[in-house]
Amino acid sequence: MRAAQYYRAFMGILQREALRWMGQRSRFVSALVRPLVWLGIFAAGFRFTLGLSIIEPYDTYIPYEVYIAPGLVAMIQLFNGMQSSLSMVYDREMGSMKTLMISPFPRWFLLLSKLMAGVAVSVVQVYMFLAIALAWDVSPPPLGYLEMLPALILSGLMLGALGLVLSSFIKQLENFAGVMNFVIFPMFFASSALNPLWRVKESSLWLYRIYSANPFTHAVELIRYAMYGQFNGLATGVVAGFLAVFMIAAVWGYDPGRGLIAKRGGPPE
Amino acid sequence: MNSGALSTETALAVSNVSHAFGARKALDGVSFGIGAGDFTVLLGLNGAGKTTLFALVTGLYHSRDGSISVYGADLKSHYLKALARIGAVFQQSTLDLDLTVEQNMFYHAALHGIARSVAAPRITAELERLGLADRRKDKARNLSGGQRRRVELARALIHEPTLLLLDEPTVGLDIESRQFLLDHVRKLCAERGMAVLWATHLIDEADDNSKVVVLHKGKVLAAGSASEVIAGAGEATLRGAFDKLVGSAPAGKGKPQ
Repeated sequence: MRAAQYYRAFMGILQREALRWMGQRSRFVSALVRPLVWLGIFAAGFRFTLGLSIIEPYDTYIPYEVYIAPGLVAMIQLFNGMQSSLSMVYDREMGSMKTLMISPFPRWFLLLSKLMAGVAVSVVQVYMFLAIALAWDVSPPPLGYLEMLPALILSGLMLGALGLVLSSFIKQLENFAGVMNFVIFPMFFASSALNPLWRVKESSLWLYRIYSANPFTHAVELIRYAMYGQFNGLATGVVAGFLAVFMIAAVWGYDPGRGLIAKRGGPPE
Repeated sequence: MNSGALSTETALAVSNVSHAFGARKALDGVSFGIGAGDFTVLLGLNGAGKTTLFALVTGLYHSRDGSISVYGADLKSHYLKALARIGAVFQQSTLDLDLTVEQNMFYHAALHGIARSVAAPRITAELERLGLADRRKDKARNLSGGQRRRVELARALIHEPTLLLLDEPTVGLDIESRQFLLDHVRKLCAERGMAVLWATHLIDEADDNSKVVVLHKGKVLAAGSASEVIAGAGEATLRGAFDKLVGSAPAGKGKPQ
């Protein structure tokens, strides 16, 4: 297989993802409405109870809406990652996953392509959200929109890879509700998306440690800093590290020789 | 590539393959070969291990024991080379129902590294041959069962495979669709020298020119041309031979019949 063939395969996977995304209007709308509900309703209620002092990367006092915007951006990506893992499990049950798995490209390449296609979709959603969020005065410096792009790609890959790992371990579609309860909610709430870390540390050191160990916290901080034109080395390192770990686990999970597909009971005969 | 000696070339070699899911042994020391241009019917009742065998031959997962090679390329060591030569139609539909017929076909072509400009005429030709040219822009969801099967067959041919695998392709189809599919695949064998492995539990899908592999409870009971299998069992018809072979096989705790 030559480079041009790899490119064509990647474009094919990207195109399918885009076609499916545009075909499912409800998924598209709910992905936008969800963060706007948080911004318009949740944040409005908290804006007076939560006084924020000046913290990095902000150079002035900020309203709560501005604080949680990066967290909501990361939430869009988290949901997207889980959505694509859901569609992998669905594809497997429906059989259309076989189309992908029997194509003559290495599994790691197919998984990575699938992952990047999902990230491309999530990045478009993020910018649409940020455009609407301007109405709540969430207005990072113009250059910030551009500077956050690499951060969005990195965090999107990490959260998408987590989705891939989960999809290789989840046996059936019904088990997916468990993912909501045990992955999405804890990851989102035990992160710096809604609460600044220094405030958590004030109330409980133990909780602070949990927050700090959560990869989602680092995805949020990576995006938050990048949005304001700053580079957060720790967050970048942690997100990249988790990306590597999740990716290796996903490739292992989908490996035809070692992985879990072969051990999973086989065809219902 | 190699135009000569096509008829003697081994398209698929399965040797001593066993596979178990936990304690359940789905395949037990399975060996057989298929030559280029052969129409081979893999005959077995439900639960014989046909679907497991298909999953192994298409590399969905690897067997624990034994080896499988496609035109000499081992499925474990030369995985990608082997897959490039295989076209497959699975028992369960693998079409993306939310995409149109054409989008499904282009997606498949891309997954084989084929440029759109190369794929487009092939898609047109295959759809025409299978009588689906006018359904090209329809969503796969809106097709009947028989039409979906034909789309899957057309799609499996876009990358010009030399080994075609079909797992119970006629299940759920009416007599007419079934005959159409069978005739079309037989023609592919004859005209393009394609090797075909056609899994079924319907004995009448094998004719006198077919090769036959009888699989029962994970074991190969007989393999060869239809007449060889019939003669080997000392019967007059393939149905008689099959019933005798399956009936005399040691009874497990599988389904009756």
